[in-house]
Amino acid sequence: MKIDHFYKASSIEDAYEVLTKNSKNAIIAGGAWMRLSSKEIDTAIDLSELGMDKVVVEDDFIIIGAMTTLHSVESNQDILQLGNGILSQAIHKIMGITIRNLATIGGSVIGKYGFSDILTPLLVLDTTLEFYRKGKISLEEFLDSKDKEPDILINILLKKQNTKGYFYKMKKNSLDFAVVNVAVSNTNGDYKIAVGARPSITHLAKEAMHFMNQQKVISDVVILEAVEIAMNEYKFGSNSRASEEYRKQIAAVYVQRGLNEVTR
Amino acid sequence: MKIKVKVNGYHKTFDVNPDEYLLDTLRANEYLSVKKGCDNSSCGVCTVLFDGKPVPSCSLLSMKADGHEITTVEGIQKDAERLSEYFGEEGADQCGYCNPSMALTVFALKKEIKDPTDEQIKDYLVGNLCRCTGYQSQHIAIKKYLGDDQL
Ligand SMILES: Cc1cc2nc3c(=O)[nH]c(=O)nc-3n(C[C@H](O)[C@H](O)[C@H](O)COP(=O)(O)OP(=O)(O)OC[C@H]3O[C@@H](n4cnc5c(N)ncnc54)[C@H](O)[C@@H]3O)c2cc1C
Repeated sequence: MKIDHFYKASSIEDAYEVLTKNSKNAIIAGGAWMRLSSKEIDTAIDLSELGMDKVVVEDDFIIIGAMTTLHSVESNQDILQLGNGILSQAIHKIMGITIRNLATIGGSVIGKYGFSDILTPLLVLDTTLEFYRKGKISLEEFLDSKDKEPDILINILLKKQNTKGYFYKMKKNSLDFAVVNVAVSNTNGDYKIAVGARPSITHLAKEAMHFMNQQKVISDVVILEAVEIAMNEYKFGSNSRASEEYRKQIAAVYVQRGLNEVTR
Repeated sequence: MKIKVKVNGYHKTFDVNPDEYLLDTLRANEYLSVKKGCDNSSCGVCTVLFDGKPVPSCSLLSMKADGHEITTVEGIQKDAERLSEYFGEEGADQCGYCNPSMALTVFALKKEIKDPTDEQIKDYLVGNLCRCTGYQSQHIAIKKYLGDDQL
């Protein structure tokens, strides 16, 4: 990555003004992912001094500043309690402690990375994103959106609710990307299922969720049927990590385990 | 551009480029215990403590270090020496290339987790690769160091 100028923003407004001045300007968060890119950046805009690296707990929401490092998110006590701590578990499985002390939650959400282990659990928790320009939108809407207008992610809001959660990352070694990752949640009978790293970006298995949410009694047979519906609505692909067929079989096993676990 | 940092307790001013990484700045200024490895945050040999936390200096822009504290292995000399004695006793040393980063990460582990379990030790060190030893002897040495109440 080539950077011509480095700018420490004095406020979000200031950062946004510089960001929109030139299409080659970019926000820099931890910078760990940008490090790998061959992009040429005119002005890298640093948000480090804006106090956006904190987790604030309110009555109804846990509000995570976009510049909070992954390790700070992972070790936050309130996040550890939410949905059986699936966000913390997912982060804990990313590389080693050093990169998790550098990479941020904001940089992890904005990139919409197909391999993301963070978006999958966030999707099954009730997650809202707060942007400078767009304001508040759900994570789901953000992932579906094709909006390319420059914007700054300020906060990630997690609704505090009584959720049972499950997360699993299948990977070949400790430092690798996922072969596939699965998150399942149950909030008072409202089920959510997400499968990511297929290898394309995570999304919810809407039909399977709808099927689960209509059931009066959740039996093993119901769960197996939900798994089948989910596997039919997902597209899996092949790459150097795994074949389409392998991914599909693995995902089915872990969605089933997840549904069992959050139903118990 | 100039940055002001505190390295191992000493105030320093470095002249850096906007796209320069802390690893290269430190090495250019003779902090040669900070090793160059993968240059993409995957191997751990470039680890330094950034405000007390282990980070990959190969991926931290030097500009972002302005106003912060950096610790290299020389800044934790007493602990590093004791750890290296345990490494010696356990035959956990070969080429030594990963030792400074290993010592810094183990030092941070000691500060962050009290009485870590075997699993927590392995988890904390998963990003610090060693191509020589196979990790078992290091693990035993690290446990001895963590249990050393002289430190
Ligand atoms: C070697 C390596 C291995 C990894 N392995 C995994 C893995 O297994 N699983 C996984 O889930 N993740 C993995 N990651 C990704 C990592 O977890 C982070 O998601 C990634 O580093 C991005 O975070 P960052 O803070 O470094 O962002 P940066 O690199 O600073 O930024 C990434 C992008 O986001 C933009 N951006 C950042 N913050 C904002 C903001 N607030 N508003 C607007 N735009 C913003 C930047 O302009 C840039 O385009 C890996 C990363 C690396 C380098």
